Amino acid sequence: MTGLNPTNEQRSSGAAASALAIELVGINKHFGPVHANKDIHLAVKRGTVHGIVGENGAGKSTLMSILYGFYTADSGTILVDGVAHEITDSRHALALGIGMVHQHFMLVDNFTVLENVVLGAEDSALLTPTLNRARGHLKDLARDYGLDIDPDAIVGNLSVGQQQRVEILKALYRGAETLILDEPTGVLTPAEADHLFRILGKLRAEGKTIILITHKLREIMAITDEVSVMRQGEMVETLPTADTSPEHLAELMVGRRVLLRVEKGAAKPGKVLLEVENLVVTDDFGTPRVKGVNFQVRAGEIVGIAGVAGNGQSELLESIAGMRDQKSGTIRVNGNPLSLEGDDGAARARKAGLAHVPEDRLRMGLITNFAAWENAILGYQGKYGDGPALDIAKARATAQDYMKKFDVRPAALDLKTANFSGGNQQKLVLAREMERDPDVLVVGQPTRGVDIGAIEFIHNQIIKMRDAGKAILLVSVELDEIRSLSDRILVIFDGQIVGEADPATADETELGLRMTGSHTDNVVTEPGTLPEHETPVQQTLVEMSPKDNSGRDTN
Amino acid sequence: MTPLPRWADVVLLPLLNVTLAFLVGGLIVLSVGQNPLQAVGIMLYGAFGYGSGFGYTLYYTTDFIFAGLAVSLAYHAGLFNIGPEGQAYVGGLGVILIGLALNGMHWALVFPLMIICGALFGAAWAFIPGYLQAKRGSHVVITTIMFNFIAVSMMGFIISRILKPEGVNSDESAPLEAITRVPQLRGFIELFRNSPVNLTFFLAIAALFFVYWLIWRTKFGYSVRALGNNPVAANYAGISNQKMIMIIMALAGAFAAMVAVNNVGGVQGRLILNFVNGAGFVGIAVAFMGKGHPIGVGLSALLFGMLYQGGQELAFQMPGITREMIVTIQALVILFTGAMGDMMRGPLSRMFFQPDATAGDK
Repeated sequence: MTGLNPTNEQRSSGAAASALAIELVGINKHFGPVHANKDIHLAVKRGTVHGIVGENGAGKSTLMSILYGFYTADSGTILVDGVAHEITDSRHALALGIGMVHQHFMLVDNFTVLENVVLGAEDSALLTPTLNRARGHLKDLARDYGLDIDPDAIVGNLSVGQQQRVEILKALYRGAETLILDEPTGVLTPAEADHLFRILGKLRAEGKTIILITHKLREIMAITDEVSVMRQGEMVETLPTADTSPEHLAELMVGRRVLLRVEKGAAKPGKVLLEVENLVVTDDFGTPRVKGVNFQVRAGEIVGIAGVAGNGQSELLESIAGMRDQKSGTIRVNGNPLSLEGDDGAARARKAGLAHVPEDRLRMGLITNFAAWENAILGYQGKYGDGPALDIAKARATAQDYMKKFDVRPAALDLKTANFSGGNQQKLVLAREMERDPDVLVVGQPTRGVDIGAIEFIHNQIIKMRDAGKAILLVSVELDEIRSLSDRILVIFDGQIVGEADPATADETELGLRMTGSHTDNVVTEPGTLPEHETPVQQTLVEMSPKDNSGRDTN
Repeated sequence: MTPLPRWADVVLLPLLNVTLAFLVGGLIVLSVGQNPLQAVGIMLYGAFGYGSGFGYTLYYTTDFIFAGLAVSLAYHAGLFNIGPEGQAYVGGLGVILIGLALNGMHWALVFPLMIICGALFGAAWAFIPGYLQAKRGSHVVITTIMFNFIAVSMMGFIISRILKPEGVNSDESAPLEAITRVPQLRGFIELFRNSPVNLTFFLAIAALFFVYWLIWRTKFGYSVRALGNNPVAANYAGISNQKMIMIIMALAGAFAAMVAVNNVGGVQGRLILNFVNGAGFVGIAVAFMGKGHPIGVGLSALLFGMLYQGGQELAFQMPGITREMIVTIQALVILFTGAMGDMMRGPLSRMFFQPDATAGDK
C-alpha cells in the first residue's frame, strides 16, 4: 500500500462538445462504506476506442454500470453528445445510443441468433414481421462490420466468440453508437480475441465509439486510441495510447514499478521428491485422461507442464494431490508411495508432505462462503485443537500471519472470502499451501484471473519456494508463465508426456507443435488417439502465445 | 444487493415476515366475519397467558426443536433431511423397548438410557439413507421421504402385532409405570399443572447449545460446513465426503428420536400408533425459518409451539374459526417466513442504505 493519494488529473475538454461521445463529470458512488468511484472525470472522443484499465476492484465496472444505468451515481453528471442526462436504467441508456456487452453473456441458449437479437425489441405482438426486418438488418450489419453469423443458428451451439458477436449485434441492432465492452476477451481464445479486435477496428472506422474495459495491457496497446487508468476508485490518468508503454501503464495501475519479467537464478536440483510412474487416471466418466505418465521432480527445481487445456493436466494434478483415484501407476512423495483409495486421499497426500494450489480456486481451493480465517486452515483443520474442539484463536492467528506475509487485502479475518478480489483470494490459497513448509508443491494456474501486481508477487513466491529446496510441479496454460518460471518443461499432449524442453533454449514454434501432437520425437503417438477437440496447429500456436490471464472473476 | 446488517437479517426480517403472515391471516379471519384482534388475543393468551397453556406450548416447542435440529444438522452438510418424522417414530421403538425392559425402575436411571437407546434407533434409521446417498448416490430427499412411509408401515406392524399386549383394544404398547416415565414439570412447578411439558424440554435447550458448539466450534462442524458449502473443496481439503454424509445423517436421526423421548417416555408413557403426529414435518419449516441456526431454530420452534397450542385454544373458544382456518394461518406463517422469506429483503435493504449512501461512509 503506498500512502500516496494520486492526484486527480482534471482534464479540460478543450474540444467542442460534439467531439465527445461520452463525458462523465465528477462521478461519485458509494456501496455502504466502500467509496467505489471517487470524483471520476472521463471524456471519450467520438469514433475512438477508449481503454479503461485498472486492477480488479479499481472501480471500472462500477463506472460503466453507472453509465449504462444499472446504478445511479451518488453525485456527478453524465453527458451524452454534450447533453446532460440522468440515466435511469439500461433501456434509457440504449435509447441514448449506449450499448453494453457484458462479461457474462445475457443470451437465451435455446433461441436462434435472430430471436436473441430481437428479444425485448419486438415491434408488435406478432413475431414474423420483426424477424423478417431484423434478418435484413442483420445482413447489413454483417456486411458493414464483418460480423457474419448464421441468423438461424441456435445460440447454445455457437462458440464463445460467436456468442459474443451476437451480443455485439444485439447492441448494434438497438442503435448503439457507443459500445461498452466489459472484459471482452476474458472468455475468448486468443484467436477469437484477434477476430474481435478486427471487428472493433471496423466499428471504429464506421464512426462508432468503443469503451473497452480490461486489465490486459496487450489489448490496450493493440487496439485503443486513448487509455484511462483507474486505481482504487480514482481516475489516475488518461493519455494517448501511443504515448505510453505496458510498463508505464502497469506502474500507474498498481501504483509502483512492476517487473513484467521473472528474475531467478539457476536451479540447484537435489534429490527426487516427487516421482510419478506409469500413472493412468480416468475422468469422472471413466475415460482415460492421463495415459501412462512418468516423470520426477527434484528438490530445488520447478518442472512446468505445458499443454493445451484439456490434455490431462487437470486430472494429473488432482491425482497427484490425492483428489482423484489413479487407475494404475504409482505416485511417490519423498520416496513413499501414496495410498490414495477412498475419498480422503487429499489428507494423506498432505500428510506425506505435499501441498496443492488447485487450478480452480473458487471451485476447489476455497469455500467462498467461509470467512477468510476459516479458509486459511482449509485442509489443515485437523491441526487446530487437540480434542474435538476447533482452536479458533490459533486458526485466526495463522490467518493473520498469512495475510500479513502475503499482503492479502483487506486483512480482514472475518470477511467472507467471496468478497476478496481474485488476486487476494489466490494469495490466501498460496499462503496456506506454501507456509506449511511442504516438500512438494503442486501448483495449477497460479495466476489465472490475477492482477499484474499480484502476478509478480506470486511468481516471486514460487521462485522462493524453489530456492528453499522444494520440488515444484507447475501446470499452466500460459506458455509464457511456464517458460519464465520452469527449470524444465514437460509437454503434455493427450494424456502423455510427449517431450521435454529446456526453457532457455526452447523454441516457441517447436513447443507449440509438440503440444498439438504434431511433432513427436520421444514418444510415438498411436494413431487414433488424438483428442476430439483437436485444434488446427496454427490456431493453437496463437492460443498459447499471448500473456493472457483469463480473467474469469474480475471484480 | 447490499447485504443487511446481521441483526436486521436475523431479527428484523423474520419478525416482519411473521407480522405480514398474521396480517394476511387477520384478513382471512375478518372475511369470515370474526374479529381478528380478538382471535390474536385468544391465541396469545392460550399459548402464554396461563400455566397449563404455556406448558403445552413448551411441550410442542420441545418436539419442534428436536425435529428442527434434525433438519438443520443435515442442512449444514448440504443434505435435505425430510425424514425426521420417520426417524422420530423409529426412535420411539428404542425408547419403549428400554423403558419396558427396565419398567418399574426409577426414571433417573431410565431417562439417560431412553435418550441413548432412542438415539441409536433413530440414528440407525437415518443412517440407511445416508449410506445410500454416500455410496450409491441415491438422493437423500427421495430416500428419507420413502423411509417415512416405510417407518409408518413397519412401526404399525410392530405395534399392533408384537408390542400390543393381549386384551388391549387400541394399537399401543404396554404402559410404563409412573416412576419410570420422564417426570413432568408439573410435579415440581405448580404453574405447569395439567400440562405435559417434561424434563425433555431442558434436554432440548441443551441440544440447541450443543448443536451450536458442534457446528461452529469443532473440527467436525468445520468439516460439515465445508462439505455443505462446497463438496469439491471439502474433497480438496481431505475431508471424506462419504463418511461425513453417513455420520451427519445418523446424528440427525438421533436428534429426531428425541421427539420420542418427549412423547413416548414423558407424555404418553407408551408407544402409540403415529405418536409423532406431524412434528417431524413441522421441523422442516422450523429449520428453514430458523436458517439452521440454533437460536433461530429455538425461536421458530417456540413460534410454532405457540401456533399449535394457541390455535387449538382458538378453535375451541371461537367456534366461527374452524380447525382448517388455523392450519391456514400456520401455512401462511410457513409461506411468508420460508418460501417468501426474502420478499422483504429488497425493500428493507433499500431503506437501510438509501440515507446511508448520501451521507457518505457510515
